[in-house]
Amino acid sequence: MAQNTVQYKYKPGNLLASAPNKLRAESLRAEEMIINLGPQHPSTHGVLRLELLMEGEIVREVVPHIGYLHRCFEKHAENLPYSQVIPFVDRLDYVAAMNNEHVYAMGVERMLGIDQQIPKRVEYVRVLVAELNRIASHFIAVGTYGMDIGAFTPFFWIMRDREHILRLLEWASGSRLLYNYIWIGGLFYDLPVGFEERCAEFVQYIKPKMAELETVLLKNEIFIRRTANVGVLSRDLAINCGVTGPILRASGLRFDLRRVDGYSVYPELDFEIPVGTGEMGTPGDCWDRTYVRVQEIYESLKIITQCLDKLNGEHKRTRDFDPQALLPKKVRPKAQDFYVRAEIPKGELGFFFRADGKSDVPFRCKCRSCSFVNLSVVPELAKGILIADLIAIIGSIDVVMGEVDR
Amino acid sequence: MQPFEEILASVKSKCTHSEAVADETATPKAIRIHADDLLSVMPELLNHPSLYFDMLSCITGIDNGPGHDMEIAYNLYSIPFGHHLMIKVKLDRDEPKIESVTHLWRSANWLEREIFDMYGVIFLNHPDLRRILMPADWEGHPLRKDYKHQDYYRDIKVEY
Amino acid sequence: MGLLDQRFENGGIIVTRLDDVLNWSRLSSLFPMTFGIACCAIEFMSTGTTVYDMDRLGILPRASPRQADVMIIAGTVTFKMADRIRRLYEQMAEPRYVISMGSCANCGGPYWQHGYHVVKGVDRIIPVDVYVPGCPPRPEALIGGFLKLQEKIRSESLVAPKAIEKLLTQPVSHAAV
Repeated sequence: MAQNTVQYKYKPGNLLASAPNKLRAESLRAEEMIINLGPQHPSTHGVLRLELLMEGEIVREVVPHIGYLHRCFEKHAENLPYSQVIPFVDRLDYVAAMNNEHVYAMGVERMLGIDQQIPKRVEYVRVLVAELNRIASHFIAVGTYGMDIGAFTPFFWIMRDREHILRLLEWASGSRLLYNYIWIGGLFYDLPVGFEERCAEFVQYIKPKMAELETVLLKNEIFIRRTANVGVLSRDLAINCGVTGPILRASGLRFDLRRVDGYSVYPELDFEIPVGTGEMGTPGDCWDRTYVRVQEIYESLKIITQCLDKLNGEHKRTRDFDPQALLPKKVRPKAQDFYVRAEIPKGELGFFFRADGKSDVPFRCKCRSCSFVNLSVVPELAKGILIADLIAIIGSIDVVMGEVDR
Repeated sequence: MQPFEEILASVKSKCTHSEAVADETATPKAIRIHADDLLSVMPELLNHPSLYFDMLSCITGIDNGPGHDMEIAYNLYSIPFGHHLMIKVKLDRDEPKIESVTHLWRSANWLEREIFDMYGVIFLNHPDLRRILMPADWEGHPLRKDYKHQDYYRDIKVEY
Repeated sequence: MGLLDQRFENGGIIVTRLDDVLNWSRLSSLFPMTFGIACCAIEFMSTGTTVYDMDRLGILPRASPRQADVMIIAGTVTFKMADRIRRLYEQMAEPRYVISMGSCANCGGPYWQHGYHVVKGVDRIIPVDVYVPGCPPRPEALIGGFLKLQEKIRSESLVAPKAIEKLLTQPVSHAAV
């Protein structure tokens, strides 16, 4: 430690001044206690703080505290040009960065009116990398969820398989996790030569691994006993709370924005939408959510195979194809209010833009993040359950704090 | 799918304070209403059998700068019918106050808390209006256009 | 008896200083605290898995700060989190080390310009030993950071622990004898 750079000064009461408890210690009965599941905890997914009102082992009330990762995305978006915001958009849902970029780029292109002119090859590459990232994101969701429940082996198997996806994406874009690849009007680079073959090899490689994953985790008796009938979310409560994504589909509603809105080239692709049926317990429980995510991985593999066929066939690479051909010189949309939404692995990601028509900096860019709204349903689900069930519920909601706090 | 004109007509019939104005340049199409009409229009949009906007996707706060006003935009979506709507409300910048819609859509709870945190808009009858993203002892509302961050927090310099 | 004699004669016993033994034992079993904040935490998790494997270097993540040697600040530090990081650092027992992983923890990262809620570098809160650059740093880079920390530990000395070192290097204020 060469010089002393520490500026922080401790004062008693600092901790509670920045994030005071909502529950009051004075109003507790004799058998109740307030327990803090603080921002650092091996089982919370990121920096989430839960304040629990416990009666013995039973949770009476949960108050989530967030904001420990608030990185001022909206302030940056109001000060930087549209195309320079892409790296910040990456870092919202950092396990599925390609999907975030896809939504943002789609929104700005629609505002500019160039969304119908984007070459088909670019659209297919975008869907290909977005689906690869969807698989990677669901891998993390299912793997860390197994680790929360206590199953360590599937986590290591999943991370080994996820490394193949990260290597493919690193080959395409240059970075393992945060890509800055999908730009407004096109892509940064075209796919490298040989990418389609390697990707097809990966799809063949992963299919027996998925069968292994199902046997060791989904059909595992202990996993079923821990997650079936736990955290049941009814369909009407889910819709009223604004919940979207695999959680809403696990509660029985076949609602997927890739089908409902039909954006990009998804209308030309053939895939199913899995829903939760309460196979192991009640529809809408934690087992159903994990089941829906695993089934979505299979559907993504189908989509990837179809994209690879198109990229090897009709929209084969040509020598003079330039993915940056349609990049607008000045991104200056007309004055309007615009809301774009799309399906990222966790739910509905939406951007609300207000363009004032005079500058190439957004006047207002609000990110409607699915993890923020999905997390707000936890206090409703967690009344009168055991604390071990609470951990199972938080894991099944699959929150990424980068998106919750932006 | 309800055409926009019929939605506009239903909203206009519930507005008592001032005329509802359509904004066709916005995507989805927007209707601007007065802040005092909010509690008569919103239940109609939720409960009317052919409108049925059961999902509140997003509530956005917009600050038009010192000397101008603030706006709140509600993005609604109907799952059975598949139509979108945006409702825009103007607020006075010096004393921004509006009714909360938490009793209609539970997703509004945290979304309104975020607007309170970032802009300082008070939502009347909100069950739990506290700061959500910033620390509780932070000074100021960060996303306002005239926001100047405090110099030191816990004696750490806020600037680079 | 005979065996023991032979050992002393041929120099079979490793004679060393207490320093080296202590340093070697500390650097071979660094137990980091699992404290992932943001995107760098995902790369930290990847470093722990089978492909990059931290465990072969003796690095085993522990959940509680009381049982950990090294704290890896993986991710953006915000003002709301600053109090908690300081408290966790104080809860670790000496000897303790800090690795700042990623641009955000080093200097505020991509959020340096307009981030009103981002602390521009975790070294404004706790003293840092090793900085690992990257956004996010590759797992190999993080392992490189650990190796650098191991070099630093290897050069530590019992005789002049850091507290006395500081006293020795501070300018003398009383009348010099």
